[in-house]
Amino acid sequence: MPNDPSHTRRELDAMETQLRELRQQMGVKPDPEAQKRVDTLSGLVGDLRHDLESQVETAWQRVKLARHPQRPYFLDYCGYIFDDFSEIHGDRGYADDPAIVCAMARLNGREVLAVGQQKGRNTKDNVLRNFGMPRPEGYRKAIRVMQFAAKFRRPILTFLDTPGAWHGMDAEERGQGEAIARNLREMSRLGVPIVVTVIGEGGSGGALGLGVGNRVLILENAVYSVISPESCAAIVWRDSAQAELAAGALKLTAPDLLSLKLVDEIVPEPHGGAQLDHRATADMLKPVLERHVAELEKMSPQQLIDHRYEKFRRMGQFFESPQAAGGR
Amino acid sequence: MAWFRKEKTPLEAVGEKNVKTEGLWTKCDGCRQIVWKKDLEEGGNVCPKCGYHFRLDARTRLQMLFDGEWTEFDQDLGSSDPLHFVDLKPYPQKLAAARKATGLRDALIAAQGTLASRPVAICSMEIGFIGGSMGAVVGEMIARSIDRCLAGNMPLVIVSASGGARMQEGAISLMQLAKVSGGLARMHERGIPYISVLADPTTGGVTASYAMLGDLNIAEPGALIGFAGPRVIQQTIRQKLPEGFQRSEFLLKKGMLDAIVPRKELKTYIARALDFCCAPTTASVTAS
Repeated sequence: MPNDPSHTRRELDAMETQLRELRQQMGVKPDPEAQKRVDTLSGLVGDLRHDLESQVETAWQRVKLARHPQRPYFLDYCGYIFDDFSEIHGDRGYADDPAIVCAMARLNGREVLAVGQQKGRNTKDNVLRNFGMPRPEGYRKAIRVMQFAAKFRRPILTFLDTPGAWHGMDAEERGQGEAIARNLREMSRLGVPIVVTVIGEGGSGGALGLGVGNRVLILENAVYSVISPESCAAIVWRDSAQAELAAGALKLTAPDLLSLKLVDEIVPEPHGGAQLDHRATADMLKPVLERHVAELEKMSPQQLIDHRYEKFRRMGQFFESPQAAGGR
Repeated sequence: MAWFRKEKTPLEAVGEKNVKTEGLWTKCDGCRQIVWKKDLEEGGNVCPKCGYHFRLDARTRLQMLFDGEWTEFDQDLGSSDPLHFVDLKPYPQKLAAARKATGLRDALIAAQGTLASRPVAICSMEIGFIGGSMGAVVGEMIARSIDRCLAGNMPLVIVSASGGARMQEGAISLMQLAKVSGGLARMHERGIPYISVLADPTTGGVTASYAMLGDLNIAEPGALIGFAGPRVIQQTIRQKLPEGFQRSEFLLKKGMLDAIVPRKELKTYIARALDFCCAPTTASVTAS
């Protein structure tokens, strides 16, 4: 079934018009059998419309929740999940990017590295954190510190929450693409457990730059997408106001991603969303992180590397047949 | 009585004249001069007047790099439209149109042959196929090429020409970045050379993965290379971008490229680089 809501809406409209015309043709004294059939059909059309609207609602609602200004950010979780938190700064080349925070932390007595994208809570904070949009030096800091953790055999926990990597001139000049690419390659070579959690907005390559893990978890109302619904709508419908439709089409919600086998587990949030209770959300996430780290710690470094590669190697759906449409 | 009488011909409609030489000439996007198409094609689609590099289709690219015949792999892979993505046209229709226009199943040809007598795998991207975008099929074809390179200890060349990840396959496209980069990590560990060639344009997810991960990253002159496209950057910073921003020459100056190589020297350059990576070292030559 095509899932373009506007297209489906048009089809449903057409069906309803047809049903109305049928009713008119049947006149005032209709054949009871026909009447029954028309009623069943209009019932079905009504159900479909309801399903459609709730579907659109869900994807867009979740995008809004994932971006909710009161939603817990990386450092909010850190306060509840880790016992100790000592930050490590800088890429040793150019700058320290506050949009990515790295720290030595303790998870129930276990030494781990925590790396996350950090948004700001107010204007001043957002200027500092660049609205959670990292620059190349942020990715370079992250991989440097992850390599440090791997050297001393410490598990790595990363937390994704970014609208995307910063796309300003400065980022381009310093090789934003190269920085993300290098992280993807180097993260896949680290011989320690890596657990990735999408806590808010998983904005494309900018999120994935910290996202190559043995486990990829996602919070119930977080999203993960190749492009923002606004940009997608701007490209497809030449109108970013159609973002709501795009959000549905992109299959970016946690259940969508789970069914596409791109994430391993959905971490539930308190009823109504994480923004209502930071502590409760963190309390729900913490044991999940502990469980995955404990499971992964049983593997050898080489096993962890192979496991991570195989995991991503399997991602992607395609068919394989010589006779199907077109091509050579 | 006049000596000469002007034949009265009806005025032609304003607009392009329909001349019979159509298709023989083309206008260069670089210098805006009219060039003879045959000259252009003989020079590898480089403008004979100003050196502007026209975009090249995937198969012509292979022709230019391989010594002779080559084998193509995984041509039976096709996208299964996992998201049932519909925008103005359903995605399968878009795919069908692209297949018809390019004769390819997806935006890449995975090939194997010899380059300067050395066996190599070359993946060549087709910009004419939905903007050369990378979805599950492109990702899988590169991953399988990497597997073959690992099995046969064979160098890999990827010629990128792409707008980035394919939107119509959503997060699946995104994960191809990690998948391919993970494969390249394995090649890196094994010391098998990978040369990345960046042609016009190379942007988005392709830049943020394999295009920037070569042992050498070399670009054609004047190619647009970047993570974000120029339009997106302009919208973000709300000012005009300087001339030449995100072109090969700019990236070279900023230290992001190893070299800019004109198309007619590309094969020689790659052969030279592979010699550097693969030829027996002097020590082992003396030893044997």
